[in-house]
Amino acid sequence: MNAETKTISPNGPTELKLTKKDFESDQEVRWCPGCGDYAILAQTQRTLPDLNIPKEKYVFVSGIGCSSRFPYYMDTYGFHSIHGRAPAIATGIKITNPDLSVWVITGDGDALSIGGNHFIHLLRRNVDINVILFNNRIYGLTKGQYSPTSEFGKVTKSTPFGSVDHPFNPISVALGASATFVARATDRDPAHLSKIIKRASAHKGTALIEVLQNCNIFNDGTWFKYTDKNSKAENVVYLEHGKPLVFGAEQDKGIRLNGFRPEAVSLTNGKYSEKDLLVHDEKDTDATYAFILSHMMDNPNLPIPVGVFRAIDKVCYEDAMAQQIEASKEKFGKPDLQALLEAGDTWDVE
Amino acid sequence: MSKPVESLKEATIRFAGDSGDGMQLVGGEMANTSALIGNDIGVLPDFPAEIRAPAGTLPGVSGYQLHISSFDIHTPGEKYDALVAMNPAALKTNLENLKPNGILIINVGGFKDRNLKLAHYDSNPLEDGSLDKYQVFAVDMNTLTRKALEELGLSAKIVDRCKNFFALGMVFWLYNRTMDHALSLLKSKFAKKPELAEANSRALKAGSVYCEATEQFATSYEVKPAKLPRGKYRNISGNTATALGLIAASQKSGLPLFLGSYPITPASDILHELSKYKHYGVRTFQAEDEIAAICSVIGAAYSGSLAVTSTSGPGLALKAEALGLAISVELPLVVCNVQRAGPSTGMPTKTEQADLMQALYGRNGEAPLPVVAASKPADCFETAYEACRIAIKHMTPVLFLSDGYLANGAEPWPIPKAEDLPEIPVNFAKDPESFQPFLRDEDTLARPWAIPGTPGLEHRIGGIEKEAVTGNVSYDPRNHEYMTRIRAEKIEKIADDIPPTEIEGEKTGDLLLVGWGSTYGAIKTAVEHKLDEGKSVSRIHLTHLNPLPKDLGEILKSFKHVLMPEINAGQLVNVIRAKYMVPAIGFNKVQGLPFFSSEIEQKIDEILESK
Repeated sequence: MNAETKTISPNGPTELKLTKKDFESDQEVRWCPGCGDYAILAQTQRTLPDLNIPKEKYVFVSGIGCSSRFPYYMDTYGFHSIHGRAPAIATGIKITNPDLSVWVITGDGDALSIGGNHFIHLLRRNVDINVILFNNRIYGLTKGQYSPTSEFGKVTKSTPFGSVDHPFNPISVALGASATFVARATDRDPAHLSKIIKRASAHKGTALIEVLQNCNIFNDGTWFKYTDKNSKAENVVYLEHGKPLVFGAEQDKGIRLNGFRPEAVSLTNGKYSEKDLLVHDEKDTDATYAFILSHMMDNPNLPIPVGVFRAIDKVCYEDAMAQQIEASKEKFGKPDLQALLEAGDTWDVE
Repeated sequence: MSKPVESLKEATIRFAGDSGDGMQLVGGEMANTSALIGNDIGVLPDFPAEIRAPAGTLPGVSGYQLHISSFDIHTPGEKYDALVAMNPAALKTNLENLKPNGILIINVGGFKDRNLKLAHYDSNPLEDGSLDKYQVFAVDMNTLTRKALEELGLSAKIVDRCKNFFALGMVFWLYNRTMDHALSLLKSKFAKKPELAEANSRALKAGSVYCEATEQFATSYEVKPAKLPRGKYRNISGNTATALGLIAASQKSGLPLFLGSYPITPASDILHELSKYKHYGVRTFQAEDEIAAICSVIGAAYSGSLAVTSTSGPGLALKAEALGLAISVELPLVVCNVQRAGPSTGMPTKTEQADLMQALYGRNGEAPLPVVAASKPADCFETAYEACRIAIKHMTPVLFLSDGYLANGAEPWPIPKAEDLPEIPVNFAKDPESFQPFLRDEDTLARPWAIPGTPGLEHRIGGIEKEAVTGNVSYDPRNHEYMTRIRAEKIEKIADDIPPTEIEGEKTGDLLLVGWGSTYGAIKTAVEHKLDEGKSVSRIHLTHLNPLPKDLGEILKSFKHVLMPEINAGQLVNVIRAKYMVPAIGFNKVQGLPFFSSEIEQKIDEILESK
């Protein structure tokens, strides 16, 4: 099956005529003024009308944390659950009702700390669910403790002398868990975010979007290097399938591979040209390349990749399960409760 | 000349050997054969948690106890009439419960010096006179099995593993069982390895022929079929009955069955059993952990399945928070908790009733839910079905309690007619005009079940307190109190459906025994004996533990004394004392083993004599 096709809706977008307003609930949005969550919410509401899916087919499931209030603000089916468990709840929804478009809204603490186990197993099983992970590298709702993505040495309320935890890199974790679709976007680039949301929705299998999101109260500016218009171009490389990894305000730099290590090179000093650069291949079934890309974030001398790291075909859980059910029905025939109750050795008492 | 046959009303037989000796297999086959020829049966598989504990050691002993009778029985028996001991460790751990002059079949081949030492015997009991008060049949099963199979050219290892069927052959001869079922079992079990089917069949026959031929065995016994009510029967274990009850509820309600589960002893067989029935539309999901299991079930319930999770005590502890969410969002699901001895890992293969308090109260906040408990292996069918009915009708998670004794135990089950099972109507919300997520049914107080995919019913639910009717997030103090009380009232209303409590014995008198769960058989047997003696004693059994039956208070107050035997340190007794202000007396056993009815009879006498 083509990874880019979905079977969800037979209706075309013109038929549905949904707008952003159709996805806004009557509940007052209660995030701190200036929070990056607003932009992600608005962009989601703006993008869903383009997805060709009837409104009642959407289910948004969240855990606990600031971002997890998200479903209350969407006028779709929504489930604000318990800390870390949204992937498991969403799995139950999707495999019993594969016709739904199921979205998990989670944060760095929710997905990678308390819910780490469910997160990796969702990716491994490849259930056709879309996950938007709001990564702000801090616990916001509990008022400012370090999170599993906070930097080593981070000073927070719970680490007055600096954190001694090494952080998770969410993209690397996802790749390590055999995720079939892994992408990164930012809260301050809505057009790009919208594109990634569409790509995730179209992917058959679990799609993870890490969104670099600003918490302006407890961790203000943690991603500014990658999201501010003055520094972004020099520090972000946009991934496009089949294109070389070029970045810089003047598009004058690129990423080449030196052995297994990526390095940034100038395209203007005559030493390297575009043909020396890595050409992005999101369809590589071997995750090694995507893993190299994911680790560019850990090297301060390199820009971070943004876009789709990996998008590969693999059978998804609920399809494999449905196939087994169909095969079983074919083999054993229609259910007959009385026959089931009387199966095996029986005897009559007169 | 054939040997004399003596007729018995009942017999209790125990097979005991190393955990690799195949005692569960041959014990189970003796049970099935006996059920098929019409005996009533009760069984108690009793095995170590280790898959293969070190061979020959005391902790490695695996036992299978079987009670066969020509009348209606309720327990796996107490003292054994016959014991099969495959090695010294099996003898040492089981001899205590063999009746004086009981039949003791010993595999001499297993009584080597090394095995005697492993079982901590200073001298060989076969030689030191310590077994004089029993009818000892010392038989070298190892050598006899080897001889019987020598033409087959199989390896020594394979041949030695057939000695359990030699032992079964002896027991078959001793109790005059036919071999037909055992032989066909071997054929199907070893369909892909016919040489093993042949080897075990030969061993089985050799065991029987040996008894017939040697002068060692003078008499054999027979236990006539029991006079059970008419009908079609099958032998069924508690876990299988649970699985079938769930499928039946799925078929009758028209809801697809979803089981989200994580393997745990002694509940795993429910997962194994249900995973076979994909053609019934059953989806089984082996989750990454206990929490994911129940959360997947919440998701499945939310989207319109009959959603069930199965677990045991440690798993129930992990599910507590999610169970609170299910209570808060008022979705129907069933948690099957097959109790085992705790706390913590406890004794995984041993039975206990000590999760009752956890079932009733083990969540944060005010979080009541219905609790039902099965009484016998076959009753797991009806009680699991009842749990599903309550969940769907009242839009609530329901806790179904079973235990290791019921789960692995088995008994003849009069197979019900599918058409006679109670209907389970399902009403999904459809109408956007009248829909409010927390607008309640006037009778049951249940909220509507509105599943994703229904146009116009898009709404949000969650674990944050909800405003009555709209379900919007609310921190209003009075609303919280209102919602807390109405959630509790909704559960209390389930009592309207509970049939009047049946009392065995007089409706008033000196002593009432109150039982719940798997103590049913032992209490019933004890009370029947005491009634035969003309004592003033009565008995009730509770299937519904929350809410309790409406007539319970009146019944309790009609007796001078109330006695409550439980396989725990006293749990339901405290609930009853607190709720009804009656001085109920607890009678407790916490050994990982069920009650003997004699223990309960003794306690009854003690109370009646002291008044």
